[in-house]
Amino acid sequence: MATVASDEVVVVPDPNERVSARILRFLAKAPLNLLLIVIAVFWLVPTIGLFFTSLMTANDFASFGWWKLISNPHLATWDNYSNLVHHTSIPSSLWVTVQIAIGGTILPIIIASLAGYAFAWLEFPGRDWAFIIVIGLLVVPLQMALIPIFSLYNHLHLFDTVFGLILFHTAFGLPFAIFLLRNFFIGIPKDILESARIDGASEIRIFLRLILPLGLPAIASLAIFQFLWTWNDLLVALTMARNTQPLTVAIFSNLRQFGSNIDLIAPAAFFSLAIPLAVFLAFQRYFAEGLLAGSVK
Amino acid sequence: MFLAPAVILLVVWILYPLVYTVWRSFYDRSGANFIWFDNYQTLFTTDTTRTAIRNNAVWVAVVPALVTAIGLVFAVLTERIRWGVAFKIAVFMPMAVSLFAAGVIWRIMYQQEPSRGALNAVIASVHDKVQPPGPLSDALPSGTQLTGTPATGIVLKTPVRPGSVALLPLTGIPPDQVPAGSVQAKQPTPQAGAITGAVWRDFKPGGGTPGKLEKEEVGLPDVTVELRDSSGKAIATTTTSGNGNFTFSDVKDGEYKTAIGSATFRQPYGGVAWLGSKLINPSIMIAYIWVWAGFAMVVVGAGLAAIPRDVLEAARTDGSTEWQVFRRVTVPLLAPVLSVVFITMLINVLKVFDIVLSVAPPSVQANANVIALAMWRTSFGGVNDFGLGSAIAVFLFLLVIPVLALNIRRFRREV
Repeated sequence: MATVASDEVVVVPDPNERVSARILRFLAKAPLNLLLIVIAVFWLVPTIGLFFTSLMTANDFASFGWWKLISNPHLATWDNYSNLVHHTSIPSSLWVTVQIAIGGTILPIIIASLAGYAFAWLEFPGRDWAFIIVIGLLVVPLQMALIPIFSLYNHLHLFDTVFGLILFHTAFGLPFAIFLLRNFFIGIPKDILESARIDGASEIRIFLRLILPLGLPAIASLAIFQFLWTWNDLLVALTMARNTQPLTVAIFSNLRQFGSNIDLIAPAAFFSLAIPLAVFLAFQRYFAEGLLAGSVK
Repeated sequence: MFLAPAVILLVVWILYPLVYTVWRSFYDRSGANFIWFDNYQTLFTTDTTRTAIRNNAVWVAVVPALVTAIGLVFAVLTERIRWGVAFKIAVFMPMAVSLFAAGVIWRIMYQQEPSRGALNAVIASVHDKVQPPGPLSDALPSGTQLTGTPATGIVLKTPVRPGSVALLPLTGIPPDQVPAGSVQAKQPTPQAGAITGAVWRDFKPGGGTPGKLEKEEVGLPDVTVELRDSSGKAIATTTTSGNGNFTFSDVKDGEYKTAIGSATFRQPYGGVAWLGSKLINPSIMIAYIWVWAGFAMVVVGAGLAAIPRDVLEAARTDGSTEWQVFRRVTVPLLAPVLSVVFITMLINVLKVFDIVLSVAPPSVQANANVIALAMWRTSFGGVNDFGLGSAIAVFLFLLVIPVLALNIRRFRREV
């Protein structure tokens, strides 16, 4: 039906009719467009609200809503952000978050791509069973590890260290990472590997020269996931550290006096989400692909 | 060799803790005494943990289904608009935001006073269209001649007849709430066959006599005055002018009461208590759905893209309506994808934690408790009972075991 209609338009090149047809089509879809605009606004406004709130003093927050800044731009101030930089522990928390996020992204990628390669292309006894265990570990709640690892970290002096947090994130990121990479690596054509092996390339060489470059799309997806996950973590850092506070924990410790600390909470929270948001917007294609590979398969 | 680092990490950080936590859950707080299932009994009999389990049950019953349904609807609708990609980015964006920060975002949205909380501001603007607030919401009767409450209307005690004057003095009106157009109040003049009167602000700087209309006291315009018959029914209404005067003309002989209607004193809309103990759970769920709807939409959207177009076209040419196509063709074909989204959300919802901490103010956190939060509180939040904490963690683990089994079965079928 649709093709017939468009053919007619081509046959009768009457610009007026085309415009009117277009208007008609738009009007027919107007309620749908309107509905979706309202929904999109509902999804965008809260984050914008946080940004505007981050430009308000605590006193202003107590007396009026953030949308008043739209009509009264002079009420907005960047002071909260400069106070954040100069007078709080937020910059050092940011440094902790950056370290955790980078370490917690790179380490699982290295370890999981090695393991993923082994599961995909190396023969060893019990391989399928081992992989089934990995799949089983996918859904283990990390609450199961909090108490024992807390005790273990106290013994190993890993408590309250960035390294301890990175190791925790790495371990709990591994099942998904191995699962994702193994499934991707297994899709690499066997001939390529076989011919490399016949040429006498070592497994390490195959891994570095063939698997890693070919697996880059999957690794990119994984990197984004791990980055967002480690950057956004609250629970692990809250439990396994005291003074090594990432941004989330630093904000959390100010949350009790929400109203009076809002001039710290709002800018810090906005800052903490601006970076993952930028990463997400820059690499959203990989993000969506990883999501699909991880869930649909 | 390729596997060694992964094996070490998985064993030390996940497998060993798994066994340890199960074992620890049978010991008491000190860790010295083996107490069998006592911790599990405590888990199901203590108020805090029972609230947590009950709340989490509601989460499980409501949220995964809603997120899946919203994702499906969004995915289908975005296919029909030109700006579908922009819409998808907008809805998907909160996925990048931590649940903790999302909680802060919604805590700001949920502020109760409509002047401060955006959500209540929207509701209040609709509400005030339907039921506008009274011009004098804080006013009180002045002197001893008036009775009644703002809710029922304020009534002059002495009955009036045509030809007499009704004086209705009010107080408790701050200078900035005196309505625009207000001028010096005027002593009303009696008229034959009519009831006249005045409503005024019975306050003058430096004192004055309550109930007496004096200089420097201003009239209150736009106040609705009711004339009530002996049964208390309003038979006529009028509004006051700038000097506070009002007139009911052509009144039949008899005794009447004059009253200021309750609409004059109606309070401005106070806003929904999103962060109060009654609504805190739905409020947190809304914030959570806001975060996860994008995930469902994208996964369902990918499933939708994989449905062959000609199947849908065939159904349409057969004369099916859009709704029938959706209901009979699209949804059944998407069933596997929908179940994946549903199960993923089920697991996420069981572990919900951060967002509860950041949306719920400390005073209502007990009402908003969930299993993961109870586990953390019990183990690290002051109580420091590793026995009970382990039992809660094991309980959580038992709840995800069906999903674990399902994952493994699906994998074995694939191999």
